[in-house]
Amino acid sequence: MAEFLQLLFSGLTVGAVYALVALGFTLIYNASDVINFAQGDFVMIGGMGTVFLAAAGLSLPLAAFIAILAAVAVGLLLHRLAIEPARGASPVALIMITIGASIFIKGVAQVVFDKQFHSLPAFTGSDPIALGGATILPQSLWVVGGAIVLFVALYLFLERTLLGKAVLATAANRLAARLVGINVKVILALAFGVSAAIGAIAGVLVTPITLTRYDIGTLFALKGFAAAMVGGMGHPLGAVVGGVLIGLMEAFGAGYISSTYKDGVAFLAILLVLFFMPRGLFGGGSVERV
Amino acid sequence: MLTVEGLSSAYGRIVVLHEVSLTVAQGEIVALVGSNGAGKTTLLRTISGVQPLTGGRILLKGRPIERMPAHARVGLGIAQSPEGRQVFGPLSVEDNLRLGAFRRQDAGLAERLAQAYAMFPILWEKRAIPAMSLSGGQQQMLAIARALMAAPKLLLLDEPSLGLAPLLVDQILNAVVSLRDQGMTILLVEQNASAALAIADRGYVLETGKMVHQGAAQSLLTDPRMQAAYLGL
Repeated sequence: MAEFLQLLFSGLTVGAVYALVALGFTLIYNASDVINFAQGDFVMIGGMGTVFLAAAGLSLPLAAFIAILAAVAVGLLLHRLAIEPARGASPVALIMITIGASIFIKGVAQVVFDKQFHSLPAFTGSDPIALGGATILPQSLWVVGGAIVLFVALYLFLERTLLGKAVLATAANRLAARLVGINVKVILALAFGVSAAIGAIAGVLVTPITLTRYDIGTLFALKGFAAAMVGGMGHPLGAVVGGVLIGLMEAFGAGYISSTYKDGVAFLAILLVLFFMPRGLFGGGSVERV
Repeated sequence: MLTVEGLSSAYGRIVVLHEVSLTVAQGEIVALVGSNGAGKTTLLRTISGVQPLTGGRILLKGRPIERMPAHARVGLGIAQSPEGRQVFGPLSVEDNLRLGAFRRQDAGLAERLAQAYAMFPILWEKRAIPAMSLSGGQQQMLAIARALMAAPKLLLLDEPSLGLAPLLVDQILNAVVSLRDQGMTILLVEQNASAALAIADRGYVLETGKMVHQGAAQSLLTDPRMQAAYLGL
């Protein structure tokens, strides 16, 4: 039982981060039909940026804030310089553009930062909390709590504000969005900016637990993508459920079977979903009336 | 209100509109008729700014707008109910209406919402359900009501009767007439030429991207060439 709880806690922690990355995928995919494989690099920018700014003498909250802003700037530049000029290109071409952007960001990060692993101090101490025979790190609570806050904030933004509805409207029908007077370019930039911020916040939260390096974005992008696919690409709630599921599968797979295959779990999940429910867990009931 | 001068538009190398000109005066209904593929929808999309033009001018109250982005034209008072309804499927009926007023978040919004529901009571009944689960006719009403939420000076209606039952067609055309009577300016595109000309003040006939006839709606209705080509008489 203690082992089960321990695996559950670590699965939820990692899953929360995957869920946030998947949420970033979902937001950009919804607004622009682009699958942004540079999504994981926002996580890296958030973590690495905070590490280096804190090392330069800034307080942790200020360093994190600036790092998140930097990630937002990168997200906006990605949209403006790479995605917007290729408007109308095929989805495959757009995916390749984001993979190229991701490689470019990693290259720049090697130069701006370095090639070492880095960590951050835990926000509120590192004494594990005992719970039902297992232990949980205070930082894990920060990760899970932060993910919940971000998810609720995004939900309220999309469902309760006119601007949020404009994002949903642009996703649903871009022509109609332009005809009601929505500036679609601004909405797309907003989606990239918000996605970058979500990724970077995830990076700040998780770095005290998992360490960070210039190239950690790749794995986060692949796992977040898997989570978004499992949940059903384009469904925010699906992204969260998919992320948590993949985190749990990884943790239990590593604990009960073998940790060697930990990174393979996400891909097994993608394959199963593609074979048996290609629209994902939440993608089922979309019927369009003609 | 609206003056279109020598407007040309093309999809890639395929020219769809050849130097088309038309005017719509304040407070009139102008019908634009023509067969399928004549370029009617392209003309409305070009006026709204969602289709680029290759030449010509568009003036709204004497002010050139052909270089403005689509969202700015909505801000100036041009709203369109597009062909094929184009509602925001996953969003609720009420959200669709509120988004119609995206650029006009003023004190009159609640009143316009009430007017829209009064005009189409079925939308009030279905206000909370996703627009994609409405029937075709209800989606058409929603598309028109959404355009009205912008409190437009110029309303562009693209095939509002397409695919609707005759009773609904009458209801929608009556609504168009009452909007004109309230002072709105309307450019109405229809394949159903006789129905459109019956409620219009003036009409234009578009044929393979060129304006071939224009005149008072009544005289077009009785023109023998029109009757043979478009009115099925």
